[in-house]
Amino acid sequence: MDWINAAVQGILLGGLYALFAVGLSLVFGTMRLVNLAHGDLTVLPAYVALMLVNAMRFNPFYSIPITMVILFIVGYLLQRGLLNFVVGRGDIAGVIVTFGISIVLQNALLLGFTANSQGLDAGRVENLSIKINERLAVGWLPLIIFLMAIVVITALQLYMNWTKMGRAFRAVSDDQEAARLMGVNTKHVWAVALGVSLLIVTIGGVMMGIRTTFDPLLGSQRLIFAFEAVIIGGMGSAWGTLLGGVILGVAQTLGAQAFGSAWSILVGHVVFVIILAFRPQGFLAKTVTA
Amino acid sequence: MNTTAPISETTSKRFEIWVANRTNLYVGLGGLAILVVLILFPFFGGTPWTRRLVDFFALLALAQFWNLMLGYAGLISVGQQGFIGIGSYTLWLFADMLGIHPFISVIFAAIGGAIIALPAAALVFKLKGGYLAIGTWVIAEIMRLIVANIKRTGGGSGVTIQAASKLGTSVRVPGSYWWALAAAVIAIACTYFLLRSRTGLGLKAMRDNDLAAESMGVNIWRSKLYTYVIAGAGCAMVGAIVAIHLLRVQPAAAFSVNWTAYLIFISVIGGVGTIEGPIIGTLIYFVLRETTAKYGEWYFIILGLLAIVVTVWSPAGIYGYVIRKTGFYLFPLQRKVRWLAGNGKRAVVTAGEGGAS
Amino acid sequence: MSLLEIENASVFYEDFQALYDISLKVEEGEIFACIGANGAGKSTMLKTIAGVLVPRRGRILFDGQPIDHMPTHQRVELGISSVPEGRRVFPSLTVHENLLMGAYRNRKGPWTVDAIYELFPLLKPLRRRQAAGLSGGEQQALAIGRALMANPRLILMDEVSLGLAPVVIKRIYEAFPTLIKNGCTILVVEQDVQHVLTVADHVACFLEGRISLMGKPGDFTPEQITAAYFGV
Repeated sequence: MDWINAAVQGILLGGLYALFAVGLSLVFGTMRLVNLAHGDLTVLPAYVALMLVNAMRFNPFYSIPITMVILFIVGYLLQRGLLNFVVGRGDIAGVIVTFGISIVLQNALLLGFTANSQGLDAGRVENLSIKINERLAVGWLPLIIFLMAIVVITALQLYMNWTKMGRAFRAVSDDQEAARLMGVNTKHVWAVALGVSLLIVTIGGVMMGIRTTFDPLLGSQRLIFAFEAVIIGGMGSAWGTLLGGVILGVAQTLGAQAFGSAWSILVGHVVFVIILAFRPQGFLAKTVTA
Repeated sequence: MNTTAPISETTSKRFEIWVANRTNLYVGLGGLAILVVLILFPFFGGTPWTRRLVDFFALLALAQFWNLMLGYAGLISVGQQGFIGIGSYTLWLFADMLGIHPFISVIFAAIGGAIIALPAAALVFKLKGGYLAIGTWVIAEIMRLIVANIKRTGGGSGVTIQAASKLGTSVRVPGSYWWALAAAVIAIACTYFLLRSRTGLGLKAMRDNDLAAESMGVNIWRSKLYTYVIAGAGCAMVGAIVAIHLLRVQPAAAFSVNWTAYLIFISVIGGVGTIEGPIIGTLIYFVLRETTAKYGEWYFIILGLLAIVVTVWSPAGIYGYVIRKTGFYLFPLQRKVRWLAGNGKRAVVTAGEGGAS
Repeated sequence: MSLLEIENASVFYEDFQALYDISLKVEEGEIFACIGANGAGKSTMLKTIAGVLVPRRGRILFDGQPIDHMPTHQRVELGISSVPEGRRVFPSLTVHENLLMGAYRNRKGPWTVDAIYELFPLLKPLRRRQAAGLSGGEQQALAIGRALMANPRLILMDEVSLGLAPVVIKRIYEAFPTLIKNGCTILVVEQDVQHVLTVADHVACFLEGRISLMGKPGDFTPEQITAAYFGV
């Protein structure tokens, strides 16, 4: 029963990783940019929410929609003001600039909030759980996060398939220049893509801030988890990121169950490496070529 | 060293390909003199400055190896801290566990780095570009977690290098100084000769365009592997030197991603793809460190912003800017084609491509 | 006033000059053909008109308004639409979605999805298919349809006959009068001169980045055109 419990917790954890991974994947898909600041940009919304909660004295759940709007604007401006200059200039410039943003953001958060762990207090819901039997209980918060991942991925799929902007995302992803020749302002589309990416990670970032604590140094680990979920699931597939997140999450919780919590993350990495070695294209890769 | 490419032999004296000029000869002699002074430095420089220079050469060597991967193989690694950490712990293993002299153990650390780089390469090379970069980071994290979880290596609190501390300051400081200097010289030499060889040309072509290089018959995978293994060995070697220098090894510090942050910022600010760039970058970094390091986070923020600004608006770095203004290379890596006109006058027609991208 | 005027445009790829002081005028409602060998600069000129390239010297006027520093997407807004070289349909989008992308700027006019299916009936049964799976001729029809969806005043067509079977080329050229009737002006670039000279009102022949011959096709003998084309 402990093993089943561990697996269930792992599946729910996978929803969180999927929320982080979808944003990374969306940015890569539309502009071929691997955003190394992505992890730090999942930490940022927790601090934005913290400031909002401190200023307004409301339940942190109410801060989520406001933080989403703020992070969308941050993403839009970051893309228009800086990242648009490196899109299309090859991988090297993109990696260096986003790595630079990562370091700057992390240290700015350290400067503003110190390295101490912070938390968002949402009251009783944090500890509520559904008790299935004596040794198997599902926490409400992890369950909500998992369901939100499903809702977000479904919404993103609908957005990509049925809206004009979603269509433009896909067209730009296929062929930037041809999209421009159809009248698409690619600079605007990319900025919206980063905005949407950050809007999505805000949900995961703030929910995690409510569920546990956070500090400015969490970013690199989250970037790596998001990346592993993307690769395991298969690049370009939104449902793949959920599958990848779940595989990673289950590997971590089962690893902790088997070898102790110190080994949990390492087991996750090892599972990732094995999948990379034997199935580098992932499980649900999208295969459309020109 | 063959300075004329085979092409000039077949076309019988229509043009020659020149690599260096006379000024470079003088620079070379000057460089040799500087090297002699640097070798003798511990005898007159005093311990504090010798210590500082250990840091300087260690960072210069690391930056040069990183630059070798990126500038000449198009490989972007953000995981070199993995090899630095492995080097530190391999040194501890050989020096303290197996009882081999620490200065000899440095060589084993380098070998250890190369051995680990092979399977790591097989894995991360399945990824491309930016995702490859994160892949190297994952490899570094795996190494860190393994070391931090093994009780024998002291876990998270790390180990003290007993064998190195027994050496005493009068032996340890100059010894680590010479090793650091050697690492920097090796790094520069590797970069210089790799690029001047045929493989080097292939790597440069690859940096610009994978497909073009492939059609030239360059085996990209193997070339990438060479630079990755060389850099892995080099970074492990520097990690070992740093361990002797600091006497203490902790997983959080030895495997810190801050190492990579320094390397990237130093190379990028100085100028990626040249030998001179990292040298200038390391100098700038040291000035910044001496003046702003006490402001902690601000120092990283300034470094990060500088790297961003340089990448976006002046991608050739500070040294690239100097080349553009003066056309002078300290280490000439590009080939100049001189057309031999009928009247025997020589005219430099093409300056070749610059070392900076 | 001409619909499109190019005045002394010089265009470079880095240090390489591709066009030398090109001047030409395209009148509203005509078919203007640019012919020339591979690498003569025809496609470069189309890219400059579309805004993919910016001339280092000279001006481009559309409907009297200078546009040479306007980004591509704004030129589409003004009514300049492209059928790019190599078709460049969006492979992962369906035929229908490709057409909708053409209407991205929402310009008003006669062309709707239904009108395109009427013009190219072969596209209608394919409308839910991904463009990647289409044949060359189908992709070309789609690329033209997509460009028309912008309801352009000027449509730029780059090598529309390249790699297509003669019967398909014929069908595409047969559509031209319908386009003109609906208020379009056509600027077409071709290497293969046969078809295009039968429909063009004006022709310009490009040779090594310069115009070597310009006028009404009927004014020239085939020998003159061959000479201008190959530079002999």
